[in-house]
Amino acid sequence: MTTSFVPVLLLLIVAVGLGVVFLSLNWVIGRHQRTPSKLAPYESGVPLLDTNRKRVNVRFYQIAMLFILFDIEAAFLYPWAVIYRRATYGNAGMFLFGEMLLFIVLLAVGYAYVWKKKAFDWK
Amino acid sequence: MTPAFAVFLIVGTIAVASSILVISMRNPVHSALFLLLTFLCVAVLFVMKGAEFVGAVQVLVYAGGIMVLFLFVVMLINVRHLPDEKVLSNFWKGGFAVGLGVFILFVAVVRPGVYHDEQLDKSRLTSVKERIWTESHKNPGTYTYRRVHRTNANSEAVGMALYTDYLVPFEVASLFLLVAMIGAIVIGKRELSATEEETAQQFILERVETEKEVKEAMSA
Repeated sequence: MTTSFVPVLLLLIVAVGLGVVFLSLNWVIGRHQRTPSKLAPYESGVPLLDTNRKRVNVRFYQIAMLFILFDIEAAFLYPWAVIYRRATYGNAGMFLFGEMLLFIVLLAVGYAYVWKKKAFDWK
Repeated sequence: MTPAFAVFLIVGTIAVASSILVISMRNPVHSALFLLLTFLCVAVLFVMKGAEFVGAVQVLVYAGGIMVLFLFVVMLINVRHLPDEKVLSNFWKGGFAVGLGVFILFVAVVRPGVYHDEQLDKSRLTSVKERIWTESHKNPGTYTYRRVHRTNANSEAVGMALYTDYLVPFEVASLFLLVAMIGAIVIGKRELSATEEETAQQFILERVETEKEVKEAMSA
């Protein structure tokens, strides 16, 4: 069993529990006054200018898609980094280095293409 | 009941409940948030089965990346709260039949272990053998390499499998990512011709007009 993940589980329980406790305490102890001045935005809030549900630019979606692709590239790097640290003896190190280099160079081509097409620019 | 089984029961229940809520929520943004909860619960289940790397990737890629994509789709097509929609669509019988069929297929195929590789025992994916430079047992004072068997090393075991046995699929994955990258740019950043440019603006203006009319009609 993965006992080393027990601290993570505890962290999750504490994080979720704190949120639930704060909100429910607020709900139980606090007074429920729904006057217009209580419901108005305060401090850093501003009154709504327009509806919050509007169509957004497709560029957001494009950036998100590129983010996922590079995210997956990074995810491939983790197991590689874990074994590369210990595989530095012999030819295994060079082999691992070479295959990851090929992987990254292939993606760098895509990166250059994306950059050249100015997909990162926001006009 | 072991603590692990208790955690499994709780997390599994939350996973199933939240995935039901994903398809039954009226507000698409709420559906997306329950999908996020489902992803996180599935990540916990992965970790509990010893697949720590898959669990981490689940959080990193699905909860982090795919979720953003889903939310942007919701924003992009601007789906609103749908109060008048029926809970069950007209296709529920067909959908139920397909779901049941897939479930039976899963139970029939996966449970008896048709895909269970005889050679591939579970320890191969959770532990690694490694050589460590350590003091010799026979002659104290001299140092030598010794093979040790280290358990609880799923990421390393995955790395070993991925970068040796599955080298070609790994490099092909990079090509797939490249294709997807170029595809995202080509689809999203198509150069418009002069006439299309004009009609596009016209379309946007018409669209704004329609939205204004709809808004007025709704508030009226």
